[in-house]
Amino acid sequence: MEKRIYLDNSATTPVRPEVLEAVYPFLTEHGGNPSSRHKEGRIAKTAFENAREQVAHAINCQTKEIIFTSCATEANNSVLKGYLSGLRGKVVKNHIITTAVEHPSVFATAKALEKDGYEVTFLPVDKFGRIDLELLKSSIKENTGLISVMMVNNETGNIYPVKEIGKIASEKGVLFHIDAVQAIGKVPVDVKEIGCDFLTLTAHKFYGLKGAGVLFVKWGKWTAPFITGGHQEKNRRAGTENVVGVVGLGKAIELAVSEQAEESERLRKLRDHFEKRVLEEIPYTRIVGDPDGRVSFISNISFRFIEGEAILLKLDYEGIAVSTGSACSSGNLEPSHVVTAMKIDPEESHSSIRFSLGRSTTLEDMEYTVEKLKNIIQQLRSFSPVYDKFITQNQKESDRRVQ
Amino acid sequence: MNYTEKVMDHFMSPRNVGKLDTYNAIGEVGNASCGDIIKLYVQIDENNIIADISFQTFGCGAAIATSSMTTEMVKGKHIDEALKITKDQVAEELGGLPANKMHCSNLAADALHKAIKDYKAKNGIV
Repeated sequence: MEKRIYLDNSATTPVRPEVLEAVYPFLTEHGGNPSSRHKEGRIAKTAFENAREQVAHAINCQTKEIIFTSCATEANNSVLKGYLSGLRGKVVKNHIITTAVEHPSVFATAKALEKDGYEVTFLPVDKFGRIDLELLKSSIKENTGLISVMMVNNETGNIYPVKEIGKIASEKGVLFHIDAVQAIGKVPVDVKEIGCDFLTLTAHKFYGLKGAGVLFVKWGKWTAPFITGGHQEKNRRAGTENVVGVVGLGKAIELAVSEQAEESERLRKLRDHFEKRVLEEIPYTRIVGDPDGRVSFISNISFRFIEGEAILLKLDYEGIAVSTGSACSSGNLEPSHVVTAMKIDPEESHSSIRFSLGRSTTLEDMEYTVEKLKNIIQQLRSFSPVYDKFITQNQKESDRRVQ
Repeated sequence: MNYTEKVMDHFMSPRNVGKLDTYNAIGEVGNASCGDIIKLYVQIDENNIIADISFQTFGCGAAIATSSMTTEMVKGKHIDEALKITKDQVAEELGGLPANKMHCSNLAADALHKAIKDYKAKNGIV
């Protein structure tokens, strides 16, 4: 097989061997339904509930506060839509506060709710992608029912101050939802310490299987079923349990949390070395995000004068997988709403590439990537009209200075 | 839809790149905010034949490939023939483009038409 360097771990991660080993019996000999009373059912039930304990232990909550879902998008949708629809006909706390840089599963859902007549405040960010806590505080009104803020941004890796937000929310009596999809295994996630009411996760971002997610709901906060049907998940989320996915999730979260500190430190060294080389050896490059408040797993860099998809395709050809939130590769032609919210120049907003590191990443991988990038950027700039114009103008200015 | 082999070929090894040393027509279209800028440099001879042509492009794979393809399609052609080339023909020559790329990234034919019309106006050619 050709050698590949996978630097797109924030999109998804490959299943790790320990997870595969844990789920294998449930793909083969143990195919029971956890709701059945026979032996096959009991085996499935035991494994399923064991995974619930693993998750509860990992994020420091009670097992009854864990609801398994099919993914984080389902969990995020359920919190935003389900919580609000539960208010129908009651005293209406119909105002949500969120940010301009949320993942689409929150951002687009909030937009849809806004269209349906709910009131939504999208907190702006500064050029580093940071939110203003004072502004958040002053945005809370009588009718504010929910605050939804991500813990780690999927494009920049920025870490948001969820603990401080949790404090504000509880002081004001507003429910607080956290999308922690990019946080597990990257920063400590302790729901008690944070003080949140809802928190969402998905297994495939930490080397579990796709198709298994978690919604943490603080006990007593919300009991309405958001998928009706059977009795599963204490009548809150009906549907036959995804035993394979959840058993994998349990194993994956246990490992991710126990390895978090060491892995963060290992990748910090690689990421910092990579960024130092790129910024020094390739002109007109810049870190996109908060240099002082990012996870070490993500490096988002803009390469001025060229469009991101062109870089992505060339890197792919060289065996390196990266992603661009920008436009042209992701189907819609606008630059990402995250980069737009950071008020980066339109031209530069098309030029950013996200490198997301993971378990397989080595120093050699990062060195190789720098070397390939140097050639690719130089080549693409050699026929960029924007670069040509910039260089010509600079030349004219320096000529004028000489005269 | 993914890019065709031909799109990838023109993207990886673009033909006629950069700025010609001598040219007598330029056509530029697009803007940075939509993510694509295409600039063509054209040398038209005394018989109104496109003797040489090159491009500079800021844009995605499709923008670069369509620029390259367009230059290849019109080199050596009479300007009136070149004016007949449409974006759809460029996309067809490349074996098709993803739907979302047809509108925004397939601009080279527009740039070409602009260059030729400017040249005609400047030189009083009807």
